[in-house]
Amino acid sequence: MIISIASGKGGTGKTTVAANLAASLDQAVTVLDCDVEEPNLHLFLHPEIHTRENVVAPIPQVNMEKCTLCKRCMEICRFNAIAVAGKTVVTFPELCHSCGGCSAICPEGAVTEMERVLGIVETGTGPAPDMGFAQGLLDVGQVMVPPVIRKVKSHIDTRGITLIDAPPGTSCPVIAAMKDTDYVILVTEPTPFGLNDLKLAVETVRMMDIPHGLIINRAGMGDDAVYVYAKEQHLPVLLEIPFDREIAEAYSRGDLIISRSNDLKEKFQTLYQDICRMVDAQRCAP
Amino acid sequence: MKELVILSGKGGTGKTSLTAAFAGLAPSLMLCDADVDAADLHLIMSPDIQETHDFVGGNEAVIKQELCTGCGTCKDVCRFDAVSESDAAFVVDALNCEGCGVCVDLCPENAIDFPQKTCGRWFVSITRFGPMVHARLGIAEENSGRLVTLVREQARKRAREQHIDLILTDGPPGIGCPVIASMGQASAVLIVAEPTVSGIHDMKRVGELAAHFKIPAMVCINKYDLNLDQTRSIEKIAKEKDIAMVGQIPFDPAFTQAMIQCQTLVENNETSRASRAVRDIWHAVMASPAMKIERLM
Repeated sequence: MIISIASGKGGTGKTTVAANLAASLDQAVTVLDCDVEEPNLHLFLHPEIHTRENVVAPIPQVNMEKCTLCKRCMEICRFNAIAVAGKTVVTFPELCHSCGGCSAICPEGAVTEMERVLGIVETGTGPAPDMGFAQGLLDVGQVMVPPVIRKVKSHIDTRGITLIDAPPGTSCPVIAAMKDTDYVILVTEPTPFGLNDLKLAVETVRMMDIPHGLIINRAGMGDDAVYVYAKEQHLPVLLEIPFDREIAEAYSRGDLIISRSNDLKEKFQTLYQDICRMVDAQRCAP
Repeated sequence: MKELVILSGKGGTGKTSLTAAFAGLAPSLMLCDADVDAADLHLIMSPDIQETHDFVGGNEAVIKQELCTGCGTCKDVCRFDAVSESDAAFVVDALNCEGCGVCVDLCPENAIDFPQKTCGRWFVSITRFGPMVHARLGIAEENSGRLVTLVREQARKRAREQHIDLILTDGPPGIGCPVIASMGQASAVLIVAEPTVSGIHDMKRVGELAAHFKIPAMVCINKYDLNLDQTRSIEKIAKEKDIAMVGQIPFDPAFTQAMIQCQTLVENNETSRASRAVRDIWHAVMASPAMKIERLM
């Protein structure tokens, strides 16, 4: 059972939901932070990190002794990452998508590949001993986000429960995070910005054909347009988290909100059971 | 011409509400929404769209089945797992296709088309505060960085034509490709931080990014009274990293109230504590060395 937690708009509570849902389940769970630009889940779960691994991508290097300046590499590259300039070949690693076109097309075997570091993936456990944890961390200044996300997702536990904290938005990083998951929880807030971005997120998950439902965070903060939309679109509202200054303060310190109320913990457990029923009862651990 | 880009790292700290409020305080400006992925500024600005343009963001491989001999070269050369074999036919999964064209060039039968894709649209509008350039990236599309660059270039070009010397740009969350595209050559960035563990973590990373690209950075704290300890931490970090602290805004439901009424914070209630704080921040930002508009006498 793989559940991704997404939102469209940033700051609606994805990480709050991922952390608290993980800590509410009285069973083994793996949590993956796929918001590799700004990973925050570790600030709430305080996992013990056991491994650190670089995420690398191949980039071209050119042996000028073999190069005949034929420009085939430059012609195949759609990203302007390699260019023949006078009697030499220059590469622009930050523009390279690592497609391998230049090295595949070079008739002289002059273009080979070397590794460039995009970021790191850390794995660990905790806070509960049966909680697996992994997060990606994009290096500052790098742009190739999806490969880092894919590397984090290599730590999915295919037999147990995996929760994925996705990045905001509706473009390639979110797609990479939600792809091949069984269910998407969309976290929103009852405000005009929240609703606008929720609609985009709903379009995205529908296009990907993944079952989904809503969590309305900061319920009571704004207006009721999001409820009207949910009803019209037949979107199940899985949970409401009230707009409450104490909850906001707990969050600001990095505390789990379920530690403040047993009631909320039970609601997260029920939510998980509801999702299991919606997806496929057999896929969930008993 | 000066351009101020509003960023935050973490989403939902108040970038768009603050951009909108600033817009009402500047005597003349060009607005630019560089959050092309989940744009919200238009909800406050109610733009009157004057021009709509397609954004052609790349190409996509399509296998012509009548020419395909099933050799599988395309599948072998694709690094993005975009080619799959089903019922003895090779097909490209558009969601995975990176648009690199390697399969197109290496197919021995020339059996792969590479049509251009319209990945979104961009608009030039009129608002009650001045002209605005904004965009909408298509759902699940790539190249958001290129669309951000395009929107900013257009804002710059049109500002020059209309003799507007200030561009205010609402940036995207994160530190990845659209964020990098939104800050290149900006006069300064203003980071909207919030006093939470996540807000601080993310503000540090976006601050490092600004330093990496040598763009002067300033920081203001939204909801500063939510956690005064964390607010002090932000002040300390800003000092260490040489980021100017330009002000603090209290936790105020006025933000949501204004949003619901499609108004800026200042339009909604000029005398609220939040409005006054935003006004002070705006004056501090415009008086900063990076933003000061030099006028030749």
